[in-house]
Amino acid sequence: MIAVATTTRTTGLPDGARYAHAMKAASDTWVITRRNLLVMLRTPGALLLSLAQPVVFVLIFAYIFAGSFVVPDGAGPSAYREYMMPGFFAQTIAFVTASISSISTATDIKLGMVDRFRSLPMSRGALLSGRSLADLVQNLFFITVMVLCALIVGWRIHHGFLRAAAAFAVLLLMGYALSWVGVLIGLSVEGPEAAAGSNFLWLFPLTFLSNAFVAPSSLPAVLRPVAEWNPLSATVQSLRELFGNPNLTSLPDAWPAQHPIVVSVGWSVAIAVLCRTLAVRRYRSIGA
Amino acid sequence: MAAAIHAEGLTKTFGEVRALDGIDLEVPEGSVLGLLGPNGAGKTTAVRLLTTLLRPDAGTATVAGHDVVRAPEQVRRSIGLSGQFVALDEKLTGRENLRMIGELYGMRRRAARSRADELLEQFGLLEAADRRSDTYSGGMSRRLDLAGALVVRPAVMFLDEPSVGLDPASRLMLWDAIEQLVASGMTLLLTTQYLEEADRLAHDIAVVGRGRIIARGTPRELKARTGQQCVEVVVDLRERIQDTVAVLARFGGRKPEVDLARALVSVPVGGGVRMLAEIIDELDAAGIGISDIGLRRPTLDEVFMDLTGEAPREEPLREPELAAVSARATDGKG
Ligand SMILES: Nc1ncnc2c1ncn2[C@@H]1O[C@H](COP(=O)(O)OP(=O)(O)OP(=O)(O)O)[C@@H](O)[C@H]1O
Ligand SMILES: [Mg+2]
Repeated sequence: MIAVATTTRTTGLPDGARYAHAMKAASDTWVITRRNLLVMLRTPGALLLSLAQPVVFVLIFAYIFAGSFVVPDGAGPSAYREYMMPGFFAQTIAFVTASISSISTATDIKLGMVDRFRSLPMSRGALLSGRSLADLVQNLFFITVMVLCALIVGWRIHHGFLRAAAAFAVLLLMGYALSWVGVLIGLSVEGPEAAAGSNFLWLFPLTFLSNAFVAPSSLPAVLRPVAEWNPLSATVQSLRELFGNPNLTSLPDAWPAQHPIVVSVGWSVAIAVLCRTLAVRRYRSIGA
Repeated sequence: MAAAIHAEGLTKTFGEVRALDGIDLEVPEGSVLGLLGPNGAGKTTAVRLLTTLLRPDAGTATVAGHDVVRAPEQVRRSIGLSGQFVALDEKLTGRENLRMIGELYGMRRRAARSRADELLEQFGLLEAADRRSDTYSGGMSRRLDLAGALVVRPAVMFLDEPSVGLDPASRLMLWDAIEQLVASGMTLLLTTQYLEEADRLAHDIAVVGRGRIIARGTPRELKARTGQQCVEVVVDLRERIQDTVAVLARFGGRKPEVDLARALVSVPVGGGVRMLAEIIDELDAAGIGISDIGLRRPTLDEVFMDLTGEAPREEPLREPELAAVSARATDGKG
């Protein structure tokens, strides 16, 4: 038999064993990703429900509120629609990703699936990575639906395909990072209900203490830096720049607002790495 | 012969509760150990330690030659587990559940697929194979869960109360399947509350109580150990039961027990067949008509009650308890 190391730390292994190890990790992750996507397809109701709320919001804002917002530079309601769409994209992705990943992780624990997986010779991180990858695929779907809605209400891409693709990549990366936050929460709280509840504690501040729907400059002075440095603000700002949507409110002199893509990608990578590390550690220490 | 499971001084504490208090086990390759014990004795904890789901606070254990703490990966590669509570992916079909498990054991897709088909057939689930497992009845889910433990024909299998919730036919089928596997060389550790099950399947029995092993031996040894035989008398007329009790009380060491429904009076005795003759004479002299009398070896049930002071459980846990246990089982030590 191959002398595979007893932990997943593969340093010091012969190349062949390390290769076998990596292959097993990849195939386990794929098996779990596929399983999660299959589960998603089998619960279309939940999927549609996750989408219904943002879609209804978009319609309400686009047709009911847009007219009553006073937009500078003489731009009309259509400018407001363009302005708010990136905020909706980012907010929706944040909410659905974090909810789905935390609730499904907690459910896996509750139903004993985590125990079953832990008793199998499965790569340690695969269950969690499979979750975040499935979320990534799921987010592609969510983004497609939202973009279609947005196009219908008059939102447009102005800077061409490549930049738009870059914008979606930034958004997907943020979703990937928040999926790891959800996984960590799902592993840390007691049950799916607690997971669902705890999301509101951080998702509302994350999305509303941002530039998604209001100008950070309109916030009280103490909160302003929070909104300016909020990862979601950076993502929204990146989307606005890359899509060429009007940026009606953001403070031009805040550094993150000047370099949104760097800040957004930086945040996403940092959050993903940190939460993944903590989540895998937590997963391993179940039952310690 | 090598030991498939070897444990020394296994200890596990959850907060205040000492779930396991120094357990030693030795299961030779190809044999079946039955862990018997009342609720909360520590059976599941022992299984979870041996299957690497929990870490012991103290003590060591090897399974299939691998240390459960230092080489958990190797242990996992050699074992199959079906836990006390069914763990299935509800949204996946029976077939998909088994295939997934096969692939996670490292089987190629095609191999996982054909193994899944074999197991579905063996466990009588072919017809339901392509239905989501949340549409399965309790017994069907249990069977699918058991099949999951057999996907790779593991060297050592752990079954935690496998026949809870199975109907008699399924139970017999399960026992047959287990016997075949054991005949082919697999080692099995089985926890159970059904003494009949331990009696039939286990080569050795360890009785667990409050985290310790309080007795061990073959089923026969255990029965011999608490060892007294019983005289059982079935009385013709119920009115004479009290008189029969009075007669038997003179022979037995304990107060005779009465089973009113069957008009049966029994008492443990020391004397064997000769005493039986004396009892018949006495009953005759007292004018008590009997329809049956016999000497009986103690059942495992009696042994169990004798050792643990508790009656064996006959009913599976109810839902709220189930949820509580699985929530507990996952939060670890924190
Ligand atoms: N994760 C946990 N946290 C706290 N206490 C626990 C935990 N797991 C088990 N216990 C306690 O440890 C003791 C042994 O439990 P265990 O589940 O091993 O018993 P058991 O013999 O399997 O019982 P049953 O026949 O009811 O399944 C019990 O008192 C139980 O409450
Ligand atoms: Mg138990």
